[in-house]
Amino acid sequence: MQKVHRVTISALTGIEIVLFVLALVLPLLLENFWVLFITKIFILALLAISFDLVWGYAGIMSFGQALFFGVSGYVVALLSQKTGVHSIFVLLPIAAIVGLLLGFMMAALVILGKRIPSLAFVALGTMTGSYVIERLARGWSYVGGQNGISSLARLTAGEFEIEEGIVFCYMALSLLVIIYLLSRWLVRSQFGLVLAGIRQHENRVSFLGYNVQTFKAVIFSLSGMIAGISGALFAFHEGFIGPGQLGPVLSTQAVLYVLFGGVGTLVGAIIGVTVLDLMNFLLPQVEFLGPTLTNFLETGWPILLGLLLLCTVMFRPAGLMGFFMRDRSRNLLFGNKDKMNQSSENGLESRP
Amino acid sequence: MTLLEVRSVSKIYGSLTALSNVDLNVAENEFHGLIGPNGSGKTTMLKCLAGAEIPTLGKVHLAGKDVTTLSPQERSRFGLSLKFQITAIFPELAVYDNMLIALQAHQTTLGLLLSRSKNMFHDEVIHYLDRFHLHSRQYDLAGELSHGQQQWLEIAMSLALKPRLLLLDEPTAGMSSQERRVTAELLAPIKEVCSLLIVEHDLDFIKDICDSLTVLDQGQVIASGPAKQVQNDPRVKEVYLANV
Repeated sequence: MQKVHRVTISALTGIEIVLFVLALVLPLLLENFWVLFITKIFILALLAISFDLVWGYAGIMSFGQALFFGVSGYVVALLSQKTGVHSIFVLLPIAAIVGLLLGFMMAALVILGKRIPSLAFVALGTMTGSYVIERLARGWSYVGGQNGISSLARLTAGEFEIEEGIVFCYMALSLLVIIYLLSRWLVRSQFGLVLAGIRQHENRVSFLGYNVQTFKAVIFSLSGMIAGISGALFAFHEGFIGPGQLGPVLSTQAVLYVLFGGVGTLVGAIIGVTVLDLMNFLLPQVEFLGPTLTNFLETGWPILLGLLLLCTVMFRPAGLMGFFMRDRSRNLLFGNKDKMNQSSENGLESRP
Repeated sequence: MTLLEVRSVSKIYGSLTALSNVDLNVAENEFHGLIGPNGSGKTTMLKCLAGAEIPTLGKVHLAGKDVTTLSPQERSRFGLSLKFQITAIFPELAVYDNMLIALQAHQTTLGLLLSRSKNMFHDEVIHYLDRFHLHSRQYDLAGELSHGQQQWLEIAMSLALKPRLLLLDEPTAGMSSQERRVTAELLAPIKEVCSLLIVEHDLDFIKDICDSLTVLDQGQVIASGPAKQVQNDPRVKEVYLANV
């Protein structure tokens, strides 16, 4: 068992390293169009990670991640337009705080309470929140109504303008790496052990004496914060934020990214975003399958994508990461491995 | 000295009275058995004690403190620990981590974030795993353990909270006779550190380990007292033993 565990952990680390190297090198080698494409993947990967933290690690089904993403994007876009503040050092922390507070407020509404809420209640509650805010934004002229807020000025760092392209790409990558590493540290800490317990048997955790609500509120708020940062980056990268970035469609997209890539692995969320967005882009342009299929894919590619996602959920619940990691290895070991090995070797009992 | 004092507890669900005016006392370091036929209210009683249910009427005192309306986690922090009827471990966590999560239950959130407890409880984890014959399975997922071993793991987790009173709901359900014997041996030393309230169908098992018994029937106490005396009570023989 010990050996299996070690091998699979290094397989995960291997995937992380390969992805990091690719993310570091590819922007230097590709044309500007692809650099912009990759930047968007980095930004949406943050949104996917925010969902994986709540669903993959704490068992909270949130269909409302776009709410934190979009509202934070709107807030910083408005601030930028109305006050002329474009500094990343001001706007990004504000987006993070807005996401954090919204996450906490949503948690207070649908998660916290004396009784443990059902999975369906939380899923529908978060989705409703996302839907309501989208409808609100569509009808509110102050935030641009149906058109949203466009023509955003570039972010600045001191005197330096962060132009879309290679600079923005590496800035987004830096943030993704920092947030990924912090999330990785969090889910592997003893706090993460409690989250894993909550995901598997919430009642048992409560009867052990833990205040389950506190843990859920913390992880949900942090998830809101990450989605908020993602939303702010998106707004300034695209130069636009609209009602589509607030609603259930983007929220569901975040769920699909993670289900497709692999729930509860963090890196699976990044893989999910990359593969799905690449397919979204490439499928309508496939030409080598003959004119009939090409004509079909031009408009019918979402059907193919939908079928693929359905098959993944049905036959490969571990997502794409399931091809690289055994189901068993997705369960982390939280104890001190060296001490565990030592106690095994000392043989207080003989192993079978 | 009385540790648990249950006074006139009733639990009513709509038109169903699950418990009616139940009194129950458990002394410190006492092993007390709660028995009765199916549907007599034993599990409801345990739920009212653990905080999963709040009694409709009556009071529950633990070590002199009124805990009637406290939440499960508050009761746990006050020294009350429950082993569920249906095994409630974390199947996708290693056996070692199941013990660790129980042992670090009273750590602060910051302490958990900084993983201070990762090394702090290692010796205790090994102590409990060794005592409950689970050390050799420390790396295995808890869901891979046999049913009996899962029951032991959950008892060990409940004990790791260092409770004043341990509530066990049918700890030998589904166990082989060999496993039941081992379970009795594992429970015996607990007497030195805490009291035990145990709900069990296996009368031979409960007779062997309990000092006193309370018998419930249709939500009411029909007998209570020293184990030998209660076993010979004609009402108990009539309503309970006939059903076993």
